[in-house]
Amino acid sequence: MHLAHYLGLLHRAQITLADAFRQVGAAHRDEPDVAHLCEQQARVCDGHAGRLEPFVRRYAEEAPEEPDRLHSELFRGTRTGGIGLLRDLQDLYLMANECDICWTMVGQAAQGVRDRDLFAVVQGCEGETTIQLQWLRGRMKQAAPQALIVAD
Amino acid sequence: MADRIVDPWGDRTPFGAGESWPVRVDQHLAAGLSPADVDRWVQSASILHSNGDAMDIAVKDQKIAGVRGRAADRVNRGRLDPKDLYGWQANNSPDRLTRPLIRRDGRLVETDWDTAMGRIVERSRQLLDGPGGWGHFGFYTSGQLFLEEYYTLGVLGKAGIGTPHMDGNTRLCTATAAAALKASFGTDGQPGSYADVDFCDAIALWGHNVAETQTVLWMRMLDRRRGPNPPAMLAVDPRDTPVAREADVHLRVRPGTNLALVNGLLREIVQRGWHDDRYIGEHTIGFDELSRTVEPYTPERVAEICDVPAADVERAAELLGTAQRLLSTVLQGFYQSNQATAASCAVNNLHLIRGMLGRPGAGVLQMNGQPTAQNTRETGADGDLPGLRNWDNPAHIEELAALWNVDPMTIPHWSPPTHAMQIWRYAEQGSIKLLWISATNPAVSLPDLARIRRILAQEGLFVVVQDLFLTETAELADVVLPAATWGEKTGTFTNADRTVHLSEKAVDPPGEARSDLDIFLDYARRMDFRDTDGEPLIGWTGPEEAFEAWKACSAGRPCDYTGLSYARLRGGSGIPWPCTAEAPDGTERLYSGGRFNTDPDYCETYGQDLTTGAEFTAAQYRAKEPGGRAFLHAASYAPSPEVPSDEYPLVLTTGRTVSQFHTRTKTSRAPELDAAAPEVWVELHPDDAARYGISDGDLVGLSSPRGAIQAPARIGGIRPGTVFVPFHYGYFDVPPSERVPRAANELTVTAWDPVSKQPIFKVAAVRIARLSGGN
Ligand code: SF4
Repeated sequence: MHLAHYLGLLHRAQITLADAFRQVGAAHRDEPDVAHLCEQQARVCDGHAGRLEPFVRRYAEEAPEEPDRLHSELFRGTRTGGIGLLRDLQDLYLMANECDICWTMVGQAAQGVRDRDLFAVVQGCEGETTIQLQWLRGRMKQAAPQALIVAD
Repeated sequence: MADRIVDPWGDRTPFGAGESWPVRVDQHLAAGLSPADVDRWVQSASILHSNGDAMDIAVKDQKIAGVRGRAADRVNRGRLDPKDLYGWQANNSPDRLTRPLIRRDGRLVETDWDTAMGRIVERSRQLLDGPGGWGHFGFYTSGQLFLEEYYTLGVLGKAGIGTPHMDGNTRLCTATAAAALKASFGTDGQPGSYADVDFCDAIALWGHNVAETQTVLWMRMLDRRRGPNPPAMLAVDPRDTPVAREADVHLRVRPGTNLALVNGLLREIVQRGWHDDRYIGEHTIGFDELSRTVEPYTPERVAEICDVPAADVERAAELLGTAQRLLSTVLQGFYQSNQATAASCAVNNLHLIRGMLGRPGAGVLQMNGQPTAQNTRETGADGDLPGLRNWDNPAHIEELAALWNVDPMTIPHWSPPTHAMQIWRYAEQGSIKLLWISATNPAVSLPDLARIRRILAQEGLFVVVQDLFLTETAELADVVLPAATWGEKTGTFTNADRTVHLSEKAVDPPGEARSDLDIFLDYARRMDFRDTDGEPLIGWTGPEEAFEAWKACSAGRPCDYTGLSYARLRGGSGIPWPCTAEAPDGTERLYSGGRFNTDPDYCETYGQDLTTGAEFTAAQYRAKEPGGRAFLHAASYAPSPEVPSDEYPLVLTTGRTVSQFHTRTKTSRAPELDAAAPEVWVELHPDDAARYGISDGDLVGLSSPRGAIQAPARIGGIRPGTVFVPFHYGYFDVPPSERVPRAANELTVTAWDPVSKQPIFKVAAVRIARLSGGN
């Protein structure tokens, strides 16, 4: 059963997303809303990782070898300026999307194995991931015209 | 008449539930003048607080020489705030700006209107050429203009230049009121009426020091309290205000924890079964989630987070839960604090789950600080779209485009409007290159003043300031335009309970000063803004025509003015919108039938996540199938972005004092008001005073990560660990070389509520030290 691998994938994705939120927040201190909300969302990701952990351990016992090329690297550090902010938020957006689709997969599997507890975790957390995506999308939409056509 | 500096509220006229509030006409005339000497009385209302109290202006020898309240008016029944009794003297002040100024070789020098406007237009043209030219413009306005002026500004900004970068200082003041009303009920607009004071059996004041901010409303509350069957009263405030002293229950919460408190009260009400199941079932959405969210907020947990006794939380819940007619008012203690929108929505929740809306005495007033703040929101001068339209609804944009006869693409609606703090950020980054500031003083009123001064002084930012006096902001401008004010121009404005008043021109403005309307119209003409047929975009030339144009824009929307006219507003009393052919005398209360403006085609917003501010889409909104029901929004408490630390161990909270308004541009020029509160102060608790070795009157230094101020200490009624500084005091009356930092906003933090974007003025971490003894 490969569920453990997807749980591991998601678990790690949440940890790296938390870290990326923190880095982006710190890099854009002059955008107080970005800084504050990135910090807040990093904590949300911490929470997700914490809730996943027991399931990662539980299902690891039944897992075969991890398949090749399971993990991918989306984030390579922050940038500065108006365009830099957009690109950084876009990185976060892609990473959050990765989490989002992982929640879907894990949710499907949770139902397949009739694991109510895991399914409850998925239901709680995937909604929060959706909010992250919506916030990032909205913030980028607001910033894009100014950054792309107005700023020098 | 009582000395209204000593006793701001004057003599009591007690009355009982359901009776009408007795008339008491307040009046103040220039020394030596009696009513018989007055040449004429001119109808007006107050723009110095959101009550919008109706008054008449006394004119003597072509000068304003006094005021008296209008007995017939539904809002004040003749009473006036001390700021109104004395504040008019500022109009006659010798240091009014009378000619335009432009910066030449670093100094502001007098010039004529042609030169000043020519400069602005030349710079505007340069900036507007080329793609994204609109993005170089920012308009930062006030809560002090008239409806006609805001609407004109909104049209020239949105359909002429096509910029989303428009906001008012109402962002600092009432943005959360608007956000909470939209979120809960579908559109902006106050559900209740000031007359609910006459009928209620309980009043809850949520972060609302009404005794000092809206004295006339407080008189009404006090008169009920002194009459038969008085209403019970709850106050939520970290300070010992006159309201807190009057209240039956005072919750002296830790700043930044309002949401935890209201969640706890909601939980208690549900647990005790004081909620109205039928109303909830028929008229609301979201009760189950709300119950789940508030479940952890037991009185004990609330006691811990908010630092109030658990027993008081229970007493407050009983007061709220057992009232038959509950009136709530909410203001800056909630709006300028952590989780502002969520906490204000929580008050709406309380009224919804108790079915306390839409009937006499059962109402919620999400207050404004300035009366005309309501008009910035209605007309689109603060970024919202005119007529409480939804920027994300293409049909609403089409309506505006048809009304203005412009390409819908011109009207910025690709994302929510740019809020004030973001406008300043774009100016800081250099992409906004022209910032036009009207009737407000951000160099004293915005957070983190050192930063604001830096931005205003920045090379490459062209700053236009239009005001009555050379304010701290005007000192840093490139062009200063002398403006006419209240009493010197005609127009309407709308108070917090939707009452529209007409204010007529009583005297000419001084020198070459011109009304804000004339200035905007002149700019539009010189910029030659056109509609798609090549006709002038703005066809009106005076206030009454502007009002008629606005009426067309408001038609069919919640703030429908079509039944109003200057003629109808003349003579009698103010009229609350909507006022239409069907409701010719206006509408006292909204949502009386429990039907809310949440229809997807009609609502002003598709909603936001209260924690992040993330915007929901039309599809997500439709899926909720609101069907005219109100939303119960639930959110969990989280600490404010800045909390005390070892380095900065105290919480600073800021606010107003009864005799001053905004940054004292007018009130400091009225001798009685200035003398009543001439200096800034730092209020602290005796325990803190003892800890830091501070005695009453000592000069203390207060510092935060942003800056420092000096002020005398006042030891008194505030919760331990918290200090208070009134925010009115700036520097214009001190020569530059003698200025010692004293503005509260040197200390406050650049941070805002994610939904309303209202800055968090009421929670900052500071440290205190004694500097020297008092004198
Ligand atoms: S002083 Fe404050 S509350 Fe009053 S109008 Fe100004 S910003 Fe609003």
